[in-house]
Amino acid sequence: MKKTLALAMMMVTILTLTACGGNSSSGSKDRVVNVCSWGEYIDESLIDQFEEETGIKVNYQTAESNEALYSLLKTGAGDYDVIVPSDYMIGRLIAEDMLAELNYDNIPNYALIDDQYKNLSYDPDNKYTVPYTWGTLGIIYNTTMVDEEITSWDAMFDEKYAGQVLMIRNSRDALAAALLDLGYDINTTDEAQIREAYELLSAAKNNGVYQAFVMDEIFQKMEGGNAAIAMYYAGDYLTMLETNEDLAYVVPEEGSNWFVDAMCVLKNAQHKDEAEAWINFIAGTDANLANMDYIWYASPNAEALEQYPAYYEETYGEPLDQETFEIMAAPADVLDRCTLYENLPAKTLTLYNDLWTELGI
Amino acid sequence: MSKNNSFLNRLFMALVFIFLYAPIFLLIIFSFNAGKSNAVWQGFSLEWYGKLLNNRLIMQSVYTTLLVSLLATVIATIAGTFAAIGFFAMRRKVREPLMTVNNIPMMNADIVTGVSLCLLFVAFFNGWGSFAAWFNSLGLFHLPTRLTMGFGTLLIAHITFNIPYVILSVGPKLRQMDKNLVDAAMDLGCTWMQAFWKVILPEIKPGIVSGALTAFTMSIDDFVISYFTAGSSASTLAMTIYGMTKKRVSPEINAISTLLFVTVLVLLAIINIREARQERLRQTRLS
Amino acid sequence: MKNKLSRLTIPYVIWMALFVVAPIIMVVIYAFSSADGGFTLSNFAKMGTYAVVFTRSFKLAIIATIICLAIGYPVSYIMSKEGPRFQRIAMVLIMLPMWMNFLLRTYSWMSILENNGLLNQLFQKIGLIALYNSIFGTDLQFFRMINTQGAVVLGMVYNYLPFMILPIYSVIVKMDNSLIEAARDLGANSVNVFRRVILPLSLPGVLSGITMVFVPSVSTFAISKMLGGGTELLLGDLIEQQFLGGAYNPQLGAAISLVMMIIVVICMVVMNRFGEGEEQAVMM
Repeated sequence: MKKTLALAMMMVTILTLTACGGNSSSGSKDRVVNVCSWGEYIDESLIDQFEEETGIKVNYQTAESNEALYSLLKTGAGDYDVIVPSDYMIGRLIAEDMLAELNYDNIPNYALIDDQYKNLSYDPDNKYTVPYTWGTLGIIYNTTMVDEEITSWDAMFDEKYAGQVLMIRNSRDALAAALLDLGYDINTTDEAQIREAYELLSAAKNNGVYQAFVMDEIFQKMEGGNAAIAMYYAGDYLTMLETNEDLAYVVPEEGSNWFVDAMCVLKNAQHKDEAEAWINFIAGTDANLANMDYIWYASPNAEALEQYPAYYEETYGEPLDQETFEIMAAPADVLDRCTLYENLPAKTLTLYNDLWTELGI
Repeated sequence: MSKNNSFLNRLFMALVFIFLYAPIFLLIIFSFNAGKSNAVWQGFSLEWYGKLLNNRLIMQSVYTTLLVSLLATVIATIAGTFAAIGFFAMRRKVREPLMTVNNIPMMNADIVTGVSLCLLFVAFFNGWGSFAAWFNSLGLFHLPTRLTMGFGTLLIAHITFNIPYVILSVGPKLRQMDKNLVDAAMDLGCTWMQAFWKVILPEIKPGIVSGALTAFTMSIDDFVISYFTAGSSASTLAMTIYGMTKKRVSPEINAISTLLFVTVLVLLAIINIREARQERLRQTRLS
Repeated sequence: MKNKLSRLTIPYVIWMALFVVAPIIMVVIYAFSSADGGFTLSNFAKMGTYAVVFTRSFKLAIIATIICLAIGYPVSYIMSKEGPRFQRIAMVLIMLPMWMNFLLRTYSWMSILENNGLLNQLFQKIGLIALYNSIFGTDLQFFRMINTQGAVVLGMVYNYLPFMILPIYSVIVKMDNSLIEAARDLGANSVNVFRRVILPLSLPGVLSGITMVFVPSVSTFAISKMLGGGTELLLGDLIEQQFLGGAYNPQLGAAISLVMMIIVVICMVVMNRFGEGEEQAVMM
């Protein structure tokens, strides 16, 4: 027994040494910023670059979805300074007085953001947010596994594809798909309509249409050809396309959601100055170009978006495919079909929550 | 037992071990994969081992895991040993209800333990916030008004679920001990501190060691309780892996598990060989 | 002197009060309160809706426990009959996987069981899928293994099997051999020896093995998420979803935890009663 203990201790020592070796370079400085974003949502070299430039250590975390982020904030499990929620969640956080007003004097790069993405419905006076990316929600499918061209949300509920479909694992997007398929507004507060949408989802689930409910697991499943159809975001589709060329993306004809994810600072943030420094850094043109290249989400920075095709050609020595660019930054005729999510009244939010829990059963 | 029967037995054992180890060997094999996939072999490479050393997230979480496990084991072992001695000295009527409470963290589902601690910490932090605000208004000295979950809460949680295992393995050793020994020592003029060091401790040492080992294993292996109590500023290896399984697991994780696995394997092998040799020595000496 | 020593528990008793009893009280308080803090029973009123999840979780956990027992008991028994060298190596081999995080091992199963995963690739190569298709006249590209209840049970069995083997083995190996010899001398055949002597004597190990497999199985959330695909929620998923997941409602989560805890406690008490009865019967 003594020996077993010695074994444990020895192992620990070895590991501690290796851990320290990897760790010592980062060092601990006083200035820190805690950032919470989504998975696969930043070019990580930007973090190092920011740390080198400013000496502020970035503690970078990710959450699974807007709803999960909300839970993390509410339970107190998440101690963040900067978060990057989507439009409707920003509306909710503002309504619940959880965000701090920004001092835009510290964020000169805010001026670079296209006016199109300022003063949107979730933050009408633009006091709390600096947009990070924007894009569309659509259907991704594997052309070798699906014979037809998919154009409608019907595909997400069609028994023909039983066991081949991946449904998204967050209540807002999943119900939006059903609402759109039924021809309703994605921001509806009509309980009957929402319930009808829930019934559609629930019937499809009970008929075995869905192979799984996924968020970022989608990468591995779609890239590996483990499922035929899924719904996700345009930028992530382009990431998957790099590994699996058989994938196609469509913004369905019934319309869809276009979203803006924006950086905000939490009201109880401990490092507000560092947070604003981070936001300013990320809003800059260079950072936006690097990010766009890495995550394939369109930048709200007008300069960066305009320069991107040239940047791409310079980096890879070949011109950027126009089709690819239009999937990333949807053109006006596609955006016309799309609606921004709005924050819903508390009663509707509770309904969403309850229905979502019930759907899982 | 017939020859045939023993062959079947061995075969059955072999199948069980294949079942237990096949996934682990796959992880190890794919840690040398040139590609990112865990299912398609794209050639041999050591790339992921190199990247591992530069992956701050993973190295930091390995460090957190080891630190919290070690600290929790040391504290839980000391506290648990004293508590076990105390329980041993108690009258049965007092001891039994306390032992029931002691068993709660072991019997309870991890998720309930995690959730309940999380609720407690949050409630305490809220209460503390108001208290600190009031206290600071008195102007004596400044208290931080905002506490969050982090390494401290993680450590408390680990200590809490570790202590019962220590008590459980020290308790039986105490009961095996001759009760008169302590009394005799005290009669002969020992203080109770001396009695503890000179009489009790040597008797219960094996129990303490195995308790500490169990506690350490439990800490290393834990995911659920840490997940609910670590907050966002501390992340154990298990939590980092869980975060990754939601996206694409980076093969660096395969690399770190391979390293862990090989370290444990080699150490266990060395120890076993040494023990076997000693046993043989003893036997030859006896004969 | 005894009283002096018993004072040593005081710090731990305080610790328990703070971090074992108080948290459970918190769960009870949350379970009985509404979102704005008032008293309510509505969290429990909703419980009927979740009955399906309760039955599913208990069903899968019971199946996993039975399979673990069916594999674990023979393993422990065979091990105890082997030489000390074999025993030691086997013990090490059984403990070893526990040092590798269970999430990783489960993740490895994901890549094995996927539709395009290693097993399906293998079946394709050896023509098993083609064979199946020609026999049953189906047109399968792969066998569907992941995202099924079977996969979840597999994950539970895989992760918790050592918890079944260890306690049973430690009881069997300590068993007094003279009892078995005595039974043989008195004319019992090996079936009877096993049924009348070995099995009852190993019961305490079996009971603690069952507990150690059943409790984590019934409350797991990572395994079901990874291997079950999230289409069939288990209790653990449901609770996690209410606290840190996509449907924030800690009051409901606390209520579900409380009900689960009570059911598990009742199961354990009943089982241990039953066990004690058996043991006493053996004694007599």
